[in-house]
Amino acid sequence: MSMFSLVFMRNAYLAGTFIAIICGTIGVFVIARNLSFLTHTLSEIGFAGAAFGIFMGWTALSGMLIFTVISSVIVGQMSVKQSRREASISAISALFIGLGILFLSLSNQTSSYATSILFGSVIGIASADVIRVAVLSAVVLLVMLCLYRPLKFDSFDAIGARVSGLWTTAISVVFLVLVAMSVSVAAQIVGSLLIFILLTLPAAAARYFVHTVSKMIFLAIGFALVGVWLGLYLSYVTNLPVSFFIAAIECVFYFVALGYQRLHVGS
Amino acid sequence: MTEPLIAVQHLGISFPNNQVFKDLDFNIEQGDFLTVIGENGVGKTTLIRALLGMIKPTAGQINYYPSKKAIKVGYVPQFRNLDQEYPLTIEDFVSLNLKGWRPWLSKAERQQVATALAVTNLKKIRQRPLGMVSGGEKQRAYLAQAIVQAPQLLILDESTASLDNEMKYELLNLVQNLNQTSNITVFFVTPDLPLAKQYAKHYLALKPGQQQFGALADMSVEQLKEVTNVNV
Repeated sequence: MSMFSLVFMRNAYLAGTFIAIICGTIGVFVIARNLSFLTHTLSEIGFAGAAFGIFMGWTALSGMLIFTVISSVIVGQMSVKQSRREASISAISALFIGLGILFLSLSNQTSSYATSILFGSVIGIASADVIRVAVLSAVVLLVMLCLYRPLKFDSFDAIGARVSGLWTTAISVVFLVLVAMSVSVAAQIVGSLLIFILLTLPAAAARYFVHTVSKMIFLAIGFALVGVWLGLYLSYVTNLPVSFFIAAIECVFYFVALGYQRLHVGS
Repeated sequence: MTEPLIAVQHLGISFPNNQVFKDLDFNIEQGDFLTVIGENGVGKTTLIRALLGMIKPTAGQINYYPSKKAIKVGYVPQFRNLDQEYPLTIEDFVSLNLKGWRPWLSKAERQQVATALAVTNLKKIRQRPLGMVSGGEKQRAYLAQAIVQAPQLLILDESTASLDNEMKYELLNLVQNLNQTSNITVFFVTPDLPLAKQYAKHYLALKPGQQQFGALADMSVEQLKEVTNVNV
């Protein structure tokens, strides 16, 4: 039987494609702005949000969106001072993991549900989920397109952007909200624990191969797509978790990129 | 007498417990090459920030002709922490300063980038990642980014500080060329008196509590040393 004759696999591929596209795009700016750690925290916050959504009887995605968007704005306000950023992110992260565990236990869900939030699940994706993912991805991409030049300037030359009179604080906050939305969307497949992989590794690898922002975005999307498509296929064939394959494939891209850089610089 | 681009009158800037300037008067004329000299910590960068409107004067005023909005400013800041892994090509870095809504560059904008790269002698290496080029080439790329929008006023904040002698003169020759051929007004902040003397037309010497403004032609480096307290 063909893989695509199964509705849930078709849905997983559709949703995965949208996820790869926004993660590749947003990721380039996440890396340029040194926000990998924050992205990691947002995925933990996403876990708490999903648990809260279930506890309230909403969808996991709604709970995730509320938690990640609110906390990204708070973090954005708190970490104006670079030196304070790491500590404040750690504190928030600890609080939210605790909240996630609390809401899960309050909502009387089985531990298998927690596992699927944390590690992602292919089987769980319904057509309605695909539509939600598509709409959110479209919103993220549209805002990105409108903000493209100022965001590019602020991310790749923060000092130059500030002296040229850009509203860099506003750009930061809007960008963090976009990251929060991407985290919530991508968690649908890879799970909140591994989400930062798609948001950081494809982009981190791409910057060693190409050297303009637009090319980095296209290559990062390419790396993310290969990881998601191949990961889904391998997961289907082997019946092992998809997030493992995606993580492994993206790590391969990243380490190959590091090796390439070493060779390139050495020559 | 040429028209002033910016006229500063009785400017005073104070922070809590610290008065940076009092009663500062000078003009930046159109086509001028004005150097601001003085020791570190005397408030040179603060003055730039005031001119850019990033901080409000506590006294006096800064008048812009015809208006602040009408004057396009290119600014090469003192510090930029771009490390060896900085990924963008020189060309892409220069184009960052193009304002607009389109995600891609128009034909006219690509032309602007090409012109900025040509006047800064970066055309040949425009595809090289900025993190991998020399300090002098980096400074030229910063200059190219600052002039890509064809500014009327170019502000250089100690842009030669990290450069060796040869590169310093190379950079300032480019700036002088821009000043003479494109009539870009230059506002050059430096503690380097011989360099100031060689390139600038006017000077503004800052010393805690006092200042002196005038034409550089009448001053020797020795006299500049006296009015700024700077050791050459």
